[in-house]
Amino acid sequence: MSQEAVKPARFKPLPYLLIFPTAIFVALFTAWPVILSIYQSFFKQRLNIARFREPTYIVWGNYTDLFSDPYFIQIIKNTLLYILGTVPISILLGFLFALMVNRKVRMVGFLRLAFFHPMVMPMVSAATIWMFLFTPNYGLFNTALEFLGYSGPQNWTGNPDLALLSVIIVAVWKNSGYYMIFYLAGIQNLPEDVYEAAALDGANAWQSLWKITFPLLRRTTLFITIIAFIDSFRTVDHIFVLTSGGPSRASSVLLFDLWQQRFEFQDVGASAAITVIFIIILLAFTITNFVTSEKKEA
Amino acid sequence: MPTSKKLLQKIWQWLSNIFSIAIALIWSAPIIWAIVASFRPATEPISRGDVWFGSILTFENYTHAWSLAPFGQYYVNTILVVVLILVVQLITIVLAGFAFANYEFFGKRWIFFFVLLQMMIPTSALLAPNFATIRQMGLFDTRLAIAIPYFGSAFGTFLMRQAFLAVPRDLVDAGVIDGCSWWQLILHIYLPPAIPSLVAFGLSSATWHWNEFLWPLIITNSDKARPLTAGLVRFTQLGEIGAQWSLLSAATLMVIAPLFITFLIFQRKFIQSFLHSGIK
Repeated sequence: MSQEAVKPARFKPLPYLLIFPTAIFVALFTAWPVILSIYQSFFKQRLNIARFREPTYIVWGNYTDLFSDPYFIQIIKNTLLYILGTVPISILLGFLFALMVNRKVRMVGFLRLAFFHPMVMPMVSAATIWMFLFTPNYGLFNTALEFLGYSGPQNWTGNPDLALLSVIIVAVWKNSGYYMIFYLAGIQNLPEDVYEAAALDGANAWQSLWKITFPLLRRTTLFITIIAFIDSFRTVDHIFVLTSGGPSRASSVLLFDLWQQRFEFQDVGASAAITVIFIIILLAFTITNFVTSEKKEA
Repeated sequence: MPTSKKLLQKIWQWLSNIFSIAIALIWSAPIIWAIVASFRPATEPISRGDVWFGSILTFENYTHAWSLAPFGQYYVNTILVVVLILVVQLITIVLAGFAFANYEFFGKRWIFFFVLLQMMIPTSALLAPNFATIRQMGLFDTRLAIAIPYFGSAFGTFLMRQAFLAVPRDLVDAGVIDGCSWWQLILHIYLPPAIPSLVAFGLSSATWHWNEFLWPLIITNSDKARPLTAGLVRFTQLGEIGAQWSLLSAATLMVIAPLFITFLIFQRKFIQSFLHSGIK
C-alpha cells in the first residue's frame, strides 16, 4: 500500500467494488424506501377503495388528516405512555439485576440465566406464554396477584385500561435482562481504587452505590437509554399476539398503527406519512444523542 | 464491635441473597410454567389455583401440535433464512469492512456515512415501502424475500472495520511486500484476529433473525415460506385451539427450543455477542 501512496492518484475501482454489495442493499432497503415514503406521503391512495386506487396529489393532506384524527392522537399518547412505561423501568431493573449478579456468590449463574433468558426467545413466544399467564381465573399472573390481595379486573389484555399495561409488562420482562449485561460489563470495568478510597473515607455501601457507581456508569446508562428507546419503537410483535392493538386501539402504538394502516386499511398514503414521522423521530433522537454525547466528551 | 459489624454484614448478605432468588424465581416463572403445562395431559386442563404437573407426564401435546400445523416446514424455513442471511452477511461485511479499513479512496467518508444510515433507521420502520419493493421484484411469499433486506449490514460493516483497524499496519505492509493480493490480505492478515468479532456478530444476527416476526409476517402468505414465529402466531389463532394452554405451551416451546438450548450451552459466548451488538 505504501508504494502506491507515492504514485499520483489513479482511480482504483477495487474499494468501490468491495463496498458495492453492502451499498446496493442499503440503497435498496434503507435509502430507497425512505425516498418512496416521502413521495407517497403526498398522495392519497387507498387500495381497497376503487376511486382512490390511483394516487392523487394532496400535498400535506395525509399529515393534516392524521393529526386531526383523534385515533392517531390516541396512538401518539399510547406510544409515549409505552415508552415511559418500558424504558425507565427496564433500565432500572437492568441496573438492579446487574448488582445482584455482580456478587461473589454461588448462585450467580442461576441468577444471570433467570434474568437474561427472555432475551433469547422470540417476542411472539414470550407473548404467547404471557397470554397464558394473563388468562382470567387460573392464569398464573392473576393467581399471584390475588394471593397478594389484588381484586381488580383480570382480563388484562381485553380491558381498555389494562391492555397497554399488559404489553408494557411483557416488554419489561423481556428486555430488562438485556440491559443488565451492559451494566454488568460497565460495573466490572469500574476502577477498584475509587471504592477503596471511599471506604477509607467512611462511605457506606449505599453511598458508594449512588455517589460512585451510578455516576460512573453515566455513559453506560446513556447508551442503554438509546437502545431501549429504539427498541420500544421497533418491537410490536407482542401486541399482535396479546391485544391486536385493541380494545378500540387502546394498546396500539406507532409501528402497530403503521402496519394496520397499510395492511388492514390498505391506506398507502397514510402509512407512508406515518413512516416519514417515524423516521423523523428516530433521526431526531439519534442526532440529539450524538450531539449531546459529543458535548460531554469535550 | 467487629463481631457485630460482621454479623450485620452476614445478615445483609442473607437478605440480598433471598431477595435475589425471589426476583429470579419470579422472572423465570413464565417459562417454567409453560414447560410444566406442556407436559400435562390434555384431559386435565389447568383450573383455578392449579399450577403444577398433571397426574402423568406426557409428550402428546408436542406430537399433537406438530400434527396440527406444518412445524417441520416452519423449521426448515427459519433455518434456511437464518443461514442464508448469515452467509451473505459474513461475505458482505468482511468485504466492506476491509475496504473501509484498508483503503483511502474518494468519497470514503460519505459512503461510510451512507451505509451507517441503516443503523439509524431500523428496517422495521420501513416495512411498508419495502413490501412494495419486494412485490415489484416478484419475490413476495418466498424465503429470499424474508432474507434479502438484511444482506447488507451497516452494523456488521462497522464492527468489521473496527476489528480490521486494530490490525497493525506494519503487518499489512509486510503482507503487501510479500506479494499478497487483496483477498490474501483478508484471509491471512485481517481475518484471523477478527474471528471473535465475526462470531459475536454471527450469534447475534442468528438470534435476531430466528426471532424476527413482523417482516416475515407481511412478506409471506403461505406455509412454504412462513418461518416459525409467524407460524406460531397463526397456530395460536387456529379455531380449534382455543384455550388449550398445554398444547399452546408445547408449540411455543418448540419454537423456542433450538435457539434456547444453543444458548444454554454457549451462554458466555451469547452474552458476549449481545454486548458487542448493542447498536443493532
